Amino acid sequence: MAAEKYITASCHIGHNRAYQNNNLVFEGDATGIDDFLLSVYQHFRLSYPKFYKMDNLSKLGWLAAEILLKDNFDQEQHQPKYTGTVLMNANSSLDMDLKYARSMRDVPSPSLFVYTLPNIVAGEICIRHHFKGENAFFVQPKFDAAFLKQQVDYLLDTNTLQTCICGWVDMLGEEYQAALFLVEKVKRDNAKEFLVENIIMKQVRHDK
Amino acid sequence: MGIPGINTPPIFIIADNILSPLGKTTIQNLEALKQGLSGVKQHDYLLYCNEPVAAALFKMEEFNNIGENYTQFENLLISSIGDAIAGNKAVVADEKTLLIISTTKGNISLLETEEHTAELNDRVALHTSAQIVARHFGFKNQPIVVSNACISGVLAILTGMRLIRSGAYEHAVIAGADVISEFVLSGFQSFHALSDTICKPFDKARNGLNLGEGAATVILSAHQQTDTDVRVVSGAVSNDANHISGPSRTGEELGFAIKKTLSDAGLTAGDIDYISAHGTATPYNDEMEANAINYAGLQHVPANSLKGYYGHTLGAAGLIESVIAIHAIKEGVIFPSLGYRENGVSRPINICTELLSKPVKAALKTASGFGGCNAAILFSK
Repeated sequence: MAAEKYITASCHIGHNRAYQNNNLVFEGDATGIDDFLLSVYQHFRLSYPKFYKMDNLSKLGWLAAEILLKDNFDQEQHQPKYTGTVLMNANSSLDMDLKYARSMRDVPSPSLFVYTLPNIVAGEICIRHHFKGENAFFVQPKFDAAFLKQQVDYLLDTNTLQTCICGWVDMLGEEYQAALFLVEKVKRDNAKEFLVENIIMKQVRHDK
Repeated sequence: MGIPGINTPPIFIIADNILSPLGKTTIQNLEALKQGLSGVKQHDYLLYCNEPVAAALFKMEEFNNIGENYTQFENLLISSIGDAIAGNKAVVADEKTLLIISTTKGNISLLETEEHTAELNDRVALHTSAQIVARHFGFKNQPIVVSNACISGVLAILTGMRLIRSGAYEHAVIAGADVISEFVLSGFQSFHALSDTICKPFDKARNGLNLGEGAATVILSAHQQTDTDVRVVSGAVSNDANHISGPSRTGEELGFAIKKTLSDAGLTAGDIDYISAHGTATPYNDEMEANAINYAGLQHVPANSLKGYYGHTLGAAGLIESVIAIHAIKEGVIFPSLGYRENGVSRPINICTELLSKPVKAALKTASGFGGCNAAILFSK
């Protein structure tokens, strides 16, 4: 049986900007990716020492989840076992793979190596928000809303999950884009139906 | 019966392959295991490593001659899929067939040998390999890549099962592979996770894992082909939400994934005849898994880890070990867990020490990996 499902929040990050529920919530002037990620962290006055040891893919996904869930999520209402993630990107962990490959002939570092897997970003989000339900990470050439919906539908329709954070988190060098959606069975203010036409990755550009 | 809509309609495994240093077909691999052979060897002179390493690696001449445009990783996938589909060519051409690839590092070894360019980024991308493999065989739909650390293989089968059950596809060809290069080896070395001998899962003297190369394929179908087809019944995934590189202290998270897998199948602990554990032979993994198995009440069920035969084949591990579990059901045989002599985990667990011949109706496969991920999947007659 198909359950009723709604997108109750979204977060988009790209080109020095962050959007919560399609509203611009941060615009920075950083010239590099490291500065940008730090500026988002500082802007929202986040306090999470583990942030500093994460790789850039994890930082991006973690920040997107913070903005997604800020003001939109009451942890008390979500059971850990029934809250999970379905994520995808194009470049897997290549951003960190390149950094690790450059370092490995000197002294290979376990703290770099552990980030050479794309699903670590899901692990970081789960640790932060205490999500213990299903996780899946897919590597596809492009954002694929129909596939994402197929995966999330199954998990929510079978009551495997009640709440799912799903979307796209991609990072390679100075190129980055995140689009996360909070999908729930409860209709909230401004919720959109969980339909392919509503699972849109915002095209963030420099146009003024 | 379980929950209607979850475990119906049935999904069948209609063909499979294991490609490993122990053999190029499932039959060759089963024969090697029956003889107690291990693919894990001491390698004293690996080009990129100045200390001896015990690992299950292919020799260069063992790669099939497919064409020089294919990397070693793609060569393994193509060879494994080619064998599995030999009797099922119609499945490949079917509009309702999906190709799913499971891997952790794919073509990462190219970073060690090629100059870094934008083209190399594209060549290393996992979806590039998936498309190359799909084109080689002529699959009609865009392939899917699952890359979720060491649960990738189990999650890939589960993803195929769910997509067929939801009606989106009728068949799924699911193949996994990983190649061991300096990148992966140096990383596991940096964790001090490698054993210098054949690994000893769940044993008191276990001192780390062996890495292994391999590939495997299963073909799932909504349509039964023969009376002996084994079914994939249910499965679940969980996250520890504890640490990105260390497993849960309690094992509860893998434990509840196992419990959900059983309850979705309408089974209880007493119905399970065999557990194919992840059993990497690192101290923490095996301890966590023993806790999880106890949490789910399965501590009396005959269990093994196949890592002593294959090493840890990363994105292929869940698939290789699932194929052995499928054949445990078909042939009524459970292999001894190589390297196990004395219980080295703090909870009881029934590790097989000799070849068991007995009817196996239901077999459970578990896996866990970095990022705190856990998975369980159930196969049955």
